[in-house]
Amino acid sequence: MTHMALLMSQLDQIFVLTSHWLLSYLPAALQPLCSAILSVAAIIIAFATLFALTTWLERKGLGRMQNRYGPNRVGPCGLFQPIADGVKSLTKEDIVPITADHAVHYMAPVLLVAASFLGYAVLPIGRNMVLVDLNAGVLFFFAVGSLMELAVFMAGWSSRSKYSLLGAMRAIAQMISYEVPLVLASIVVLMQAGSLSTVAIVNMQASYSGIWPHWFLFTPWGFAGFVLFMIAATAEANRSPFDLPEGESEIIAGYYTEYSGFKFALFFLGEYIGMFATSGMAITLFLGGWSAPFSFLTWVPSYLWFFAKLLTLIAIFIWIRGTLPRLRMDQLMNLAWQFMLPMTLLNLLTAGVWHFIPAGLTRWFVCSTMVVVPFILLSRGLRHRKKFQVRTYRYSQ
Amino acid sequence: MVGEGILKGLGETARNFFGSYVSKDRLTTVQYPEQREAQIEATRDFPFLVYDGADWQQGMRCVACQICEKECPPKCIFIEKSKDKKPDAFGKAQFYPATFNIDISVCMSCQICVEVCPFDAIKMDVDYHLSTDDRFGGLLLDRQKLAKSNEYYNAIHPTEAAAIDAQRAEEQAKLDAKSKAAAEAKAAADAKAAADATLAQKAPVQPAAGEPQ
Repeated sequence: MTHMALLMSQLDQIFVLTSHWLLSYLPAALQPLCSAILSVAAIIIAFATLFALTTWLERKGLGRMQNRYGPNRVGPCGLFQPIADGVKSLTKEDIVPITADHAVHYMAPVLLVAASFLGYAVLPIGRNMVLVDLNAGVLFFFAVGSLMELAVFMAGWSSRSKYSLLGAMRAIAQMISYEVPLVLASIVVLMQAGSLSTVAIVNMQASYSGIWPHWFLFTPWGFAGFVLFMIAATAEANRSPFDLPEGESEIIAGYYTEYSGFKFALFFLGEYIGMFATSGMAITLFLGGWSAPFSFLTWVPSYLWFFAKLLTLIAIFIWIRGTLPRLRMDQLMNLAWQFMLPMTLLNLLTAGVWHFIPAGLTRWFVCSTMVVVPFILLSRGLRHRKKFQVRTYRYSQ
Repeated sequence: MVGEGILKGLGETARNFFGSYVSKDRLTTVQYPEQREAQIEATRDFPFLVYDGADWQQGMRCVACQICEKECPPKCIFIEKSKDKKPDAFGKAQFYPATFNIDISVCMSCQICVEVCPFDAIKMDVDYHLSTDDRFGGLLLDRQKLAKSNEYYNAIHPTEAAAIDAQRAEEQAKLDAKSKAAAEAKAAADAKAAADATLAQKAPVQPAAGEPQ
């Protein structure tokens, strides 16, 4: 039995051990640099593969939700579709508008991908598997996350196209509006954990009472925070129903209208990588990072739990995309400022109250009420002001 | 409450997602190159020229009247009339098209050429596998490519073709009857003339009293 436990713990640490083993062949002076390069390469390969897999899953999933087959020609069940897509985008002509600002136009997709990959530096993917354990990890994550806005605006501005510019302005308005609730929703966790280090936050959640884990999701403020965080993350990733910046039916493809070939693919990659990063942060903050959902499942390697949770969140993203239509600009802004912002602020208050009431049922009851009642009142109030009616068009009858 | 409709919608998409794995009726997609849906009889895409019999040049119904060429709205038909004449299906000597080209990259499938043709010579085809690697030559169909037999026409548009065949058979019968009557009349006239000749020989001086003048 102990032999088995040892084997499982070795399997859990297999990547760490392999890395140490490989590095032991190098001179000590080179080790830190090579260790960093090795970890970065591993992260890029793992998440680029996940990106390829996700495009396939998304097309399959959306297809099935619309009673279609989805891709089914390339390889078994269309599994090699991402490879075909990659080859296609690599062989396509790379068109740059004559009036475009060439340098900025070229740099925008590169910066987007670089910025979206930077966030992974502080994500603990498994036990002892984090690139750098910054003591301000969460802050770093949101700081580099806002670099994506710069890349998006660079793309829209440098293209010299009305659609690009409109898309970029929408994107900026949306991303800045939703950055506020995104950060505010995550602050509740920082209040509880008392640390900005992602590793410390996960370690706090990786303990159990009975079989149940101490994930922040299983508290009233944690649950509300998680939902608010995911809504804001969807908007940050420009995904349906918040895909106004791209809005294929309105402004062609928004800020990347004037991109083709591999630069377009880079935008696509950057967007998905960014989505995985924010999902990874949601997992770290609320879903216990790499920790197992039950105490008797802790023998499963920790990185498998992380990726299982990530795939679940991706599935939810796809499900939402298959269900909801795109919001209007005013609805988008109303949701951010009239609903998300008050709810996140109230959630902060709830987390504070939770901290000061001693553990027990009272605490649960008070905090749940503090989340649910404002939610009902707020949604009622917002709805009350609206007039729902069947639209009639003057000239259509 | 906010979110109620969203949950309902999520339920609907989930039902579609799992339902598409359970019941095959939900998946209405036709897997094109392997499966094909039967075309309806009124299907049409581009025109073709009908010929009777076995030889397309001999049996071509077209008489190069050029009405279709003049009526064609996008002007995709080009016809050159022959110098000589050849007998058509009814045995009448007619011109024939020395050149008959249709550029199907220009054709808009309006069927006006079919409507105006007085000889039932041009009809609409149903074949849609027309992709080619030569966008000029491959889409310019000459008279040999356009010529398709009456049997083919019967196969793709049975009702319409049967009606036209019946009409043509009726015309043919009428023509036959006419020529038969003409032949009979001619024979009778010949006989009469012969009889008159013999009569005249017998009585050259006195004409018959009952003969009309």
